Amino acid sequence: MENNAFYVALSLLMNLDAALFQIVALSLQVSLLAVLAAALLGFPLGAAVALWRFPGRGGVIVALNALMGLPPVVAGLTVYLLLSRAGPLGEWGLLFTPTAMVIAQFVLVLPILAALSRQKVEELLGEYREQFISLGMSRSRMMPTLLWDARFTLLTVLLAGFGRASAEVGAVMMVGGNIDGVTRVMTTAIVLETSKGDLPLALGLGIVLLTLVMLINAGAYVVSELAKRRVG
Amino acid sequence: MTSFNALLNAASTLCPPTALRFEGVAFSHLGETLLGPCSFTLTGPGPTLVMGPNGAGKSILLRLAHGLLSPTQGQVSWSGEGRPRQAMVFQNPVLLRRSAVANLTHALAVNNTPRKARRKLALEALERFGLTARADTSARVLSGGEQQRLALARAWVLAPDVLFLDEPTSALDPAAIKAVETAVREFHQRGTRIVMTTHDLHQAKRLAGDVLFLAGGKIKEHTLTDSFFSSPASKEARAFIAGELVE
Amino acid sequence: MRKTLTLVLAGLTTLGLAAGAYADDYITLASTTSTENSGLFNAILPQFKAATDIQVRVIAVGTGQAFEIARRGDADSLLVHDTAGELRFVENGYATERADVMYNDFVVIGPGNDPANVRQAQTAAEAFANIAEAQAPFASRGDDSGTNRAELRRWENAGVEPDGDWYRELGSGMGPTLNTAAAMDAYVMSDRATWVAFKNRQNLTLLFDGDDVLFNQYGSLLLSKEKHPHLKHDLAEKWHKWLISEQGQKAIADFQVDGQQLFFPNAK
Repeated sequence: MENNAFYVALSLLMNLDAALFQIVALSLQVSLLAVLAAALLGFPLGAAVALWRFPGRGGVIVALNALMGLPPVVAGLTVYLLLSRAGPLGEWGLLFTPTAMVIAQFVLVLPILAALSRQKVEELLGEYREQFISLGMSRSRMMPTLLWDARFTLLTVLLAGFGRASAEVGAVMMVGGNIDGVTRVMTTAIVLETSKGDLPLALGLGIVLLTLVMLINAGAYVVSELAKRRVG
Repeated sequence: MTSFNALLNAASTLCPPTALRFEGVAFSHLGETLLGPCSFTLTGPGPTLVMGPNGAGKSILLRLAHGLLSPTQGQVSWSGEGRPRQAMVFQNPVLLRRSAVANLTHALAVNNTPRKARRKLALEALERFGLTARADTSARVLSGGEQQRLALARAWVLAPDVLFLDEPTSALDPAAIKAVETAVREFHQRGTRIVMTTHDLHQAKRLAGDVLFLAGGKIKEHTLTDSFFSSPASKEARAFIAGELVE
Repeated sequence: MRKTLTLVLAGLTTLGLAAGAYADDYITLASTTSTENSGLFNAILPQFKAATDIQVRVIAVGTGQAFEIARRGDADSLLVHDTAGELRFVENGYATERADVMYNDFVVIGPGNDPANVRQAQTAAEAFANIAEAQAPFASRGDDSGTNRAELRRWENAGVEPDGDWYRELGSGMGPTLNTAAAMDAYVMSDRATWVAFKNRQNLTLLFDGDDVLFNQYGSLLLSKEKHPHLKHDLAEKWHKWLISEQGQKAIADFQVDGQQLFFPNAK
């Protein structure tokens, strides 16, 4: 069966299967958008927790770290209940759309980006704090400087978030509904084919997904190594 | 001590009145008093070299003066027209992961210098400190001496009234040390008040206008350089100058 | 900062719009995995689209979840196979009308060597009684779905209380249950459509079918305008009517897998 699966994966790619491309494109769109949005909020959030002392700060850090392990199906269920017509945000009519999937994955990825960026920024702050204060920087002024200085680590953190998003199925299944041609992504397609007993196809899709994620990671690695060599 | 103060007061009438005053200042951490209580006034043109054996409290004194630490007792104040502009250079240069020139333009941006003027000022400072060839090199791959000169260049563009330096050359080779000391003199010539710690006697002899000597967290001497080296008053200073270990 | 926020929101709405741009008109249909997995929808939906220009977006979940989705107003239409549940739905006011659409049957699947001698059974009750007596491994969906409830009725009918190591409640849909049964070499009750389309049979084979009690009726529900005024009732009504129309019924009858018809239209 394993040989079968590789063959299936290869033939899927070679035949330029249109349905597959649509599914792959949607998977990438949803996960990339979710990760970017989570970074826009998560990195400043993590930096802010690193920079400011406030009551309950320890609790926030523990919560962020714990939520890194938020089960995708729980995230999906929560977002489902929010977006459902019977729920508070029902009027937006977002359930069973790709937007809902982006939101669910955003919820899933945000704690990862925030928790890990907090850790890195705090580490850098240890190194830079005295010099920054000497330069007269306020804490809010320190934030963009620290985040940019941490950019190589933050890229790795982004990739971790993307890995989590593109690998999960519980959240997108719940809020997307795995609708053919509309909200079907790689992972939900794999679940569907498995439930139909077509294991070689399911595995083949899995190999395609893995290859994709690996290519993205390889690309990011090359970019960051080149940049690192220049910056030191 | 009194004659010294008279001398300083005389000198201060000639120089801009930026006087640093420590009144009964002490610093404790976890129940242990690491510095003070001590009182002194730094007037005059400087450069003031803060000397003493390791653990004497030199770095703490510097940080209290610059405002990086708050005293647990007493008061640190500046006389003269408001709070002077200050900058500090650390023993290990703290530079951002950017090019040399970008480190300077960053400091200028923090300083709210108009965007158009930043690069020009940065390049001028780089040239002054012999770093023009390294302008676009990443600051982190520069040699130790170059990094320290870059830190000084950064302080330079901010045009501080007071420059604190915490053992800026202890990690450097002789050529680099020379370059840094030359830079310090440039600041002094520009009118910046220098307050610098060192454990290097020869450096003190080369640079100092006056010496503040600490041992065991207390100020033992505060005199002009020549009188410190020719006739040290305290036994700790004598031991230190002789190169013996000072407890 | 504001620039990036607007960019993100634009990106999000584009995705949302893109979903809508797939067809001018569409309805969301909550249905079960048997209709989706068998390939029925792939066969009949294009015909409906050709006739009415309406796209049907199918959410294929377990019967319980399908009811919940409809109850919450997240779907425009409902097609399931739990007549009792459907009638209750109408009674509680969530649907205004229920119609028979098609039927198929449940079949008993098991390992080829048939340790419980199900092949020889004359009735469904006998088949189930045999399995219980032999304590042969049985994979139950255990998810309170329509199929699951039908299975439990078979045990009751056979006078058996299924309990013990041999009776494995998986809490899964039909497909995953079949996968597990194949790996366990266990008996399992499945709807015929899912079984015929199922590819991972391993040792499993069809051992018993034909008893009238294994009849499995599918019904379409017209959802209440009052409970959920925002739904696309007009479009959903077109779908509902098309299903029971001559054209719809023929489309269902024409659908075959491996030369077998899987769903039998029986609208009145």
